[in-house]
Order: sequence, then structure tokens, then C-alpha cells
Amino acid sequence: MAEVRLEKVTRRFGSVVAVDNVDLQIRDKEFMVFLGPSGCGKTTTLRSIAGLEKIDAGRIFLADQDVTDLPPGQRGIGMVFQSYALFPHMTIADNIGFGLRIKKVPASEKAGRVRKVAELLYLDNLLDRYPGQLSGGQRQRVAVARALVIEPAVLLMDEPLSNLDALLRMQMRAELKKLHHAINATTIYVTHDQVEALSLGDRIAVMRDGKIVQCDVPMEIYDKPANVFVGSFIGNPPMNFVHGEVTSQEGRLMIKGQGFTVTPDPKWSKALADRKRVILGVRPENFRVHFQEPAGETNGAQAAVEVVELLGNLKLLTIDLAGSVLKVSVEPDTAVTAGENVWLTWNEDKLCIYDSDNEWAITPERPEVVSA
Amino acid sequence: MRWKKALFYAAAAVFAVWTVMPIVLIAMAALTPRQELYSWPRQFIPENFSLESFRFFANSHGVLAATFRSIAVALATVLIALLVGAPAGYALARFRFRGKEAFRIGILMTRMFPTSLLAIPLAVIYLKTNIYDTIGGLALMHAALAMPFVVLVTSSLFLKVPYDLEEAAMTLGCSRIGAFVRVSLPLALPSLVAAGIYTFVLSWNEVFASAVLTVHNRTLPAHIISTLNVSPLNFKFAGGFFMIIPALIFIFLVRRYLLSMWGVAINK
Ligand SMILES: Nc1ncnc2c1ncn2[C@@H]1O[C@H](COP(=O)(O)OP(=O)(O)OP(=O)(O)O)[C@@H](O)[C@H]1O
Ligand SMILES: [Mg+2]
Repeated sequence: MAEVRLEKVTRRFGSVVAVDNVDLQIRDKEFMVFLGPSGCGKTTTLRSIAGLEKIDAGRIFLADQDVTDLPPGQRGIGMVFQSYALFPHMTIADNIGFGLRIKKVPASEKAGRVRKVAELLYLDNLLDRYPGQLSGGQRQRVAVARALVIEPAVLLMDEPLSNLDALLRMQMRAELKKLHHAINATTIYVTHDQVEALSLGDRIAVMRDGKIVQCDVPMEIYDKPANVFVGSFIGNPPMNFVHGEVTSQEGRLMIKGQGFTVTPDPKWSKALADRKRVILGVRPENFRVHFQEPAGETNGAQAAVEVVELLGNLKLLTIDLAGSVLKVSVEPDTAVTAGENVWLTWNEDKLCIYDSDNEWAITPERPEVVSA
Repeated sequence: MRWKKALFYAAAAVFAVWTVMPIVLIAMAALTPRQELYSWPRQFIPENFSLESFRFFANSHGVLAATFRSIAVALATVLIALLVGAPAGYALARFRFRGKEAFRIGILMTRMFPTSLLAIPLAVIYLKTNIYDTIGGLALMHAALAMPFVVLVTSSLFLKVPYDLEEAAMTLGCSRIGAFVRVSLPLALPSLVAAGIYTFVLSWNEVFASAVLTVHNRTLPAHIISTLNVSPLNFKFAGGFFMIIPALIFIFLVRRYLLSMWGVAINK
């Protein structure tokens, strides 16, 4: 059982608050990803959990034990560094066995455990080499093996794939996911690559300026970004945002903006009742493009296609909607040319609405709440 | 382009001759039999080489004892300088602390005053603390002279060992000191040995402080200096050459490390 719990953890560097009063609970055997732009405090948070960084305030618990004042070696963690940090003067076998040697594990048992981990990571025929004689991908696996051999309750990884080329990164991503299921450790994984985060994480903690902005399962983060920052950080291309104004017409709630009108589902009525200005968030795939005025649709918005990009599995359109530039993705075989006039409709189920002042999500009433 | 190259090689040749010539002259004089050394006119290259002068030098009164003393002082110097200087260098490389830059400059300032200026006060202090004319006392002085070199060079050595490695060792169960001993120390060891040898040569060659701070227990250079006026020509040459040999051999052995050490120390 290795839950990880951060309680009001703060770490400052001079005037920079790298980790700002963070509360977080990670379940046993969960794969948690810290995601965020450069400098948002992911590494510092991870290093605080590892014990490499002394925190200024707060407590850290691993497996229900307060480890705030314990040195890294006594916390039951294993860490994979971004640079891999392999010991250049030791063979791969000695690198992997290092932690066992420090813990004075008998030589015979040590050899067995090193071999087992080496096999798990396809390193068994490299054990006599030195780190300098390995490729980047192999070094990365040694770094993982070295952290795993001590059977940590919590495995910490700081951008372990960032030094690999794209193809290798994709392969290793799958390997890491497989590995996580093979071992019994809670995993915390730092990355600024949203694809890695979405594919690996049981949950993702999106960070900004030392704070966790949203912590949820990948689909929720993608579909319901907690604020405009999360929506624009995750997704490629990011979420589209347009300003609108809440009005009411014949008792029906509407959001009107430059050149468009949206009729949100009635579940929104309470949340939007007293509001005026809002921001609408729509993912590129949540538009529909029509080449004639859609019949029976009242909310078709006329717009002009500016750019068409074929990206293989989809076509990405840059569309001018009365001055707002939108990114819209359509099927790759859609016949559309630049300069064409089209009608846009929205998938109103997937609509996200944000407060125009603080840019945080306005949440609709949930159906079960309505029925209660 | 070609001119530049020619000029470069000419300058290098001048420096080489400038450095090597005295060594060659001393070597030849030291290897010339005594008879021939005093004859006039003397050949540039002696007719026959002999170790006669060396034998005479080595058997002279006090030379053997002074040699052993020199070695003892140099070894003690290396020990003190590394034990004190290397941790200081490590701290400079790894930690951020108040007054770090001042410390970096300050350590250089210890060499700002010529030893001759410090000689009298030093001698007084040494007499008062009863370390005057002792091997340990002199080693202390030599270690002080070598300290800026040792601190700055070791700090640049440890800078080249990524801190990540020590942190990785710590996450694998090492203490801070354990991580240093198992990871940084082995990686820095070849260069540390080079720094130690260089310090050894510094002490071996040092003459002024040795002459001032000892009377009976002189090191070899101090001994040669003090007997200079009364010793015959072949003794001087043999002594000079004898002093040069270990320095030459050591520096030759560690030349590769010296270049990289200074390269980093200067670039800092
Ligand atoms: N040792 C340090 N001294 C001073 N400031 C630091 C130190 N380490 C981190 N910081 C600052 O703390 C903030 C968070 O840094 P951190 O390394 O945790 O970011 P990150 O999210 O890991 O970024 P990246 O994706 O670039 O690795 C940054 O503003 C950084 O400049
Ligand atoms: Mg980082």
C-alpha cells in the first residue's frame, strides 16, 4: 500500500514560489502524471516527494508515513532522472545493482534480482558494458532498471523520455505502461508532453505557476478543461475560445457572439442565469462543417475557410468566423478548399463555458442534482 | 595564413628552447666528469659522460637526509592541502552560500603578498608555537602556498561531475557523504591525483619558505642554497639536475590532466 499525500506543500527559491501550497492525494498503484509548461514546478514537486528538495512548508506522506524529514534513501522511492544519471565508472550490472549493494543485499540474491530486472527491460546482454557504450534508449532503460531493482513503493520519473527521438519515445511509452502493470509501485511521472500524459496517466495533474490547476482522469481533462489555460495547453491544436454574451429570447437561454448564436442545453440555465459575458470553449473536432445552410438548424454560423491542411488522418481547417480564427478538424476526405464559404454548427453536448473574468469553468447542473 | 602558422611555430620553438636549454646545460654539466668540467676550453658536448658528480653529490654530508626530508615535507603538504583544499573545492562547486564569490577571490588573495614579506612574521609565529624547523611546520606553510591552486582546481573538477549522480546515489540509499565517496570521488580521482602530484612538485621545488622556516632540518633545495657558496661546481650542477628530475617526471606523467585542470580553472 503506497498512497502518496501532499498537504499544503510549499517550496520557494528566493522570491520564486516553485511549489505553491499544493494538496494532492495519489492512490496506491496509480499512475499519476504531472503535466504543465516549463517552469511550472513539476520537477520541484517530484524532487520534494523524493526528498531531494527541502520543502518550506507542508507535510508529505508516503504509505501513511510522514516522510517530510526523511532522507531520500529511506522513503521507499525509486527515481529516474531526466539525464538518467548513470554512474559512468560502473558497468551496467553494477549500476543496476547499486541500490542493492548499499542496502547490503547478499551477493547471490543481488545477482538474481539484477538479472530479473535486466530481463524485464531487455538489458540482459548489456550487463558487462559501461553506460558510455549504450544508446540513448538503452541508457533510459538502465535508469529505469536501477530505480526498479530496489522495489520502491513509489516510482518517480522526471521526463524520462524527453531525450529520445519520436519513434523511440512512442515505443518506450508503451513499454512504460506495460511495466507499470507488471510492477507493484505507485508511479509519478513528470512530462510537458500532453500526448504522453493522456496516454500514460490514470490521472493527470495539470500544473501552472506552482499550483495544480486540475487533477482528473485524462478524458475529463480533455473534455472538460477546468479553465482556459488547461483547454489551451491540452489538445493539438488546442481548444478554440470565443467570447459571447448570455441573452434570453422568448424564455430560451442563448449565447450570442460575433456572427454566431448557441443554444445551450437547459442544464446550463441555472449556472448561466445571472451572467452576461462568457467564453465558449470548443475542441476542433466538435464542430460540424456544412456546405449548404443546414436545414432545421437555427444556429448555423456562416464562416470562411482560410487555410486547409491535410495532416494524414484529418484535415485541419483554419476558419474565420466574423473575425475570430477557429481551428476545425474534419475527415481527411472532405472536399473543401481555401476561400470557400461554409456553415458551422457546434456539438452542443461538448460545449465548455468559462467565466470571462477569471477564465474558470462554469459548470452546468448535473442531471442527478436536477432530479434530486 | 601560412605566415601566421610559421610565426606560431617559431614562437613555440623559441619558448621550447628557452625552457629546455637550461635543463640541457645543467644535465650535461652534471654528467661531465669533474676533471673535464674544470678544464678550459671546454667542449660543448662533453667527451665522456660519467656519474661521478652524482655520486659525489649523493654522498655529500646532509644531502641524503635533506632528500628524505623533502619527500616527507612534500607528502605531508599533499596530504594537508588535499584534506583541507578538496572539501573547500567541493563546497565551492556544490553549494550556494553567503560570501561564496568573496571566498573565491579571497583564496587567491592569499598569494597576493610575496613570501619574503611574510617571512619575518611567519618565523616569529613558528618560533612561538614551537613548529619552527620542523617537517610538519614547513608542510603547513607549503600547504598554505598550494591552497589556492588546490581549492580552485578541485572545485572545477567537482563541477564536472554532475550533481545528478550524487542525487541518484542518494535516492538509492546513500547518505550525502556516502554518495560523495562512492560516486564523485572515484570519478574525480584521476584528476585529484594529478592535483596531488602537482602539489608535491610545488613543495619539492619551494625554496624560500623552506630556507626561512628551517635551520637544521632543511629540505633539499634549502640545503643546496645554504651550501651554495661553499660547494664545488660539480656539486651545484649535480644538485640542480637532481632537483629537476622528479619534477620533470611527475609533470610529464600528469600533463594531460594538468591541461584539462587549468583549462577549466581558467575558463571559470
Ligand atoms: N535550484 C533552484 N534555484 C532557484 N530556482 C529554482 C531552482 N529549481 C527550480 N527553480 C525555479 O522554480 C520554478 C519551477 O522549476 P521546476 O524545475 O520545478 O519547473 P518544471 O516544471 O520542472 O519545468 P521544466 O518543464 O522546464 O522542467 C522555476 O521558476 C525555476 O526557475
Ligand atoms: Mg523539470
